[in-house]
Amino acid sequence: MENLIALLIAAPLLGAAVLLCGGRRLDAVGHWIGTVLAAASFAVGVVLFTDMLGRSAEERTLTRHLYSWIPVEGFRADVAFHLDQLSMTFVLLISGVGTLIHVYSIGYMEHDERRRRFFGYLNLFLAAMLLLVLADNYLLLYVGWEGVGLASYLLIGFWQHKPSAATAAKKAFLVNRVGDVGLSIAIMLMFTTFGTFAFGPVLAAAGDTGEGKLTAIALMLLLAACGKSAQVPLQSWLGDAMEGPTPVSALIHAATMVTAGVYLIVRSGAIFNAAPDAQLVVTVVGAVTLLFGAVVGCAKDDIKKALAGSTMSQIGYMVLAAGLGPIGYVFAIMHLVTHGFFKAGLFLGAGSVMHGMNDEVDMRRYGGLRKYMPVTFVTFGLGYLAIIGFPGLSGFFSKDKIIEAAFAKGGAEGWILGGAALLGAAITAYYMTRVMLMTFFGEERWRDAPTPSPAESDVEPAAETRGEYTPPHPHESPSSMTIPMIVLAFGSVFAGAFFGIGDRFLHWLEPVTGHAHGHPPVSALTVTLSTVVVLIVGVAIAWAQYGRRPVPAVAPRGSLLTRAARRDLLQDDFNHVVLVRGGEHLTRSLVYVDHTLVDGVVNGTAASVGGLSGRLRKLQNGYARSYAVSMFGGAAVLVAATLLMRAV
Amino acid sequence: MNPVNYLYLAALLFTIGATGVLIRRNAIVVFMCVELMLNACNLALVAFSRLHGNLDGQIIAFFTMVVAAAEVVVGLAIIVSLFRTRHSASVDDAGLMKL
Repeated sequence: MENLIALLIAAPLLGAAVLLCGGRRLDAVGHWIGTVLAAASFAVGVVLFTDMLGRSAEERTLTRHLYSWIPVEGFRADVAFHLDQLSMTFVLLISGVGTLIHVYSIGYMEHDERRRRFFGYLNLFLAAMLLLVLADNYLLLYVGWEGVGLASYLLIGFWQHKPSAATAAKKAFLVNRVGDVGLSIAIMLMFTTFGTFAFGPVLAAAGDTGEGKLTAIALMLLLAACGKSAQVPLQSWLGDAMEGPTPVSALIHAATMVTAGVYLIVRSGAIFNAAPDAQLVVTVVGAVTLLFGAVVGCAKDDIKKALAGSTMSQIGYMVLAAGLGPIGYVFAIMHLVTHGFFKAGLFLGAGSVMHGMNDEVDMRRYGGLRKYMPVTFVTFGLGYLAIIGFPGLSGFFSKDKIIEAAFAKGGAEGWILGGAALLGAAITAYYMTRVMLMTFFGEERWRDAPTPSPAESDVEPAAETRGEYTPPHPHESPSSMTIPMIVLAFGSVFAGAFFGIGDRFLHWLEPVTGHAHGHPPVSALTVTLSTVVVLIVGVAIAWAQYGRRPVPAVAPRGSLLTRAARRDLLQDDFNHVVLVRGGEHLTRSLVYVDHTLVDGVVNGTAASVGGLSGRLRKLQNGYARSYAVSMFGGAAVLVAATLLMRAV
Repeated sequence: MNPVNYLYLAALLFTIGATGVLIRRNAIVVFMCVELMLNACNLALVAFSRLHGNLDGQIIAFFTMVVAAAEVVVGLAIIVSLFRTRHSASVDDAGLMKL
């Protein structure tokens, strides 16, 4: 069985190699190769999973040592894999949802002449992510971590002929780099502290190490998680990453990439458990991000960017749960899995809508699409109900547990975190209802030619606004696209109940992450009821604004908050003013110092030596008599000095 | 006669020679002034020999004379060849000793 673990990664990696090196002769079959290899990885995952279920909870961990990567005295880096329940969960999610997205992409990218390359990148993405979750030490995890960053860069910038896509890819890469530095520092700190960076020894020794060092390591790990999982303050790349093709967004947001940060925190749970200060920071980051993402999601008219805001917010929930310690680890992962289902479904649905609407992304140019795209409408609708936490669907079970755990932290912190999570749930209900109403209900706003928005005339309308306007012909997508959506919709509906009822998921994951039962100050029933209440309030407000009244085809100017949220709550402006300008000023002052001080010293020395030599040169004039004068002068000085010395 | 007077004479001769080296332009005259300085030194050495009552100064004076004779040979040869090539024996021809 152990031998199969390497096959999990090898299959998509082989696909990436074949597709990227194979050249044009594979154009016709490239997408099939990619999909089959992704599915093969999933099949291997299922085999390993059934095998794992056949063993008792204590014997489920499999390890496989492939080879020693860097065997040096006192420093050992192995290529070794570690498959336990936590990795297994991720393997199934990554390869399963990944395979569905591959199938979907066959239809979605049908008219793109670089489809083979696209599938190569997708396979690379899967391979890197699988390596990340299967590694048995932090250094190998780092390899996967960087691979994910590379693949996301290639995919976000897949349409690199668009300057915006190229910039977005660069931005994602750069922001991720900040987090990567955090991870590398954490690994170095681990090595100096524990002398190794394999999971087993590090996590076992974490309890007996000084809290200060552990806090430093934990904070660096958090920085890394912030970068990959788009948490405040490294969240700015996520919205721009929507420039990539929609399946990429689904892959990044559901199965890979953004889940890596949550995985890192849960995997390093022992370190965080021993560093309560770092845990508090984690929860604060999670709570801030969940509200931040939700507010941004409310204001966006671009359907994908609204969903991006929601991803940020949902990952915020997971990070919040992971920061709560053993009470929350299991629920963080559970929400991650259910979120994987419904968010992938929502993105694929959004892609299907765009596919039928000539790649229009502005929701103000949608409306009434439920008649034209019934399958998309139903699957998107189920995903919508799941994400807002409609009782009985996936999101309800997982999110409810997180809110409960946040209250269970106790004290003022518990109330603040729980309150933030509840408020986030209300806002989630609001913006997702808004997306739903604007897209599938109301008037058919796409029939009329678009008019440039007075408030943000520089943002939306493009070339096609000039000349004759031909309204799009909305139609249902081909079955290669709808089947994955249907499968994901099933997951969105039933996964939560399957995991949650009887604490099935809890018992599955508990041997790895540990679990502590919290004692919330309010009963679980109260928490559940209040989530339902805030859900109804959120939906009702959205309906009052977007369901009862017609949606204006042109975005109104909006309040100060709306305008700020449209600009991603000024995160880019903040980065620009503080980091870009600050960096420029720093550079300029350094250049100034370099020019005046350092160069001044060097140039001054050279100039004074030069001037002195110029003067000295005049002494050598070729007149024998002037040399004679200096000789006599020198002799006279010597005699005078001798006499003087003698006199003294 | 007080041997110290010879020292005064030697100093006077030496000064005249040095002044001549510094202010005269003709190479021959400069050369003669150099000889004058050498001989002033010889005179001083001999006078010191007398003052101290030993022969050290006289021996050095002989050495000086030998060296001066050799120097005269070389120096005159240089001056003659200089005069042949440049048709002048002035030491002030700028650049003579400059690369």
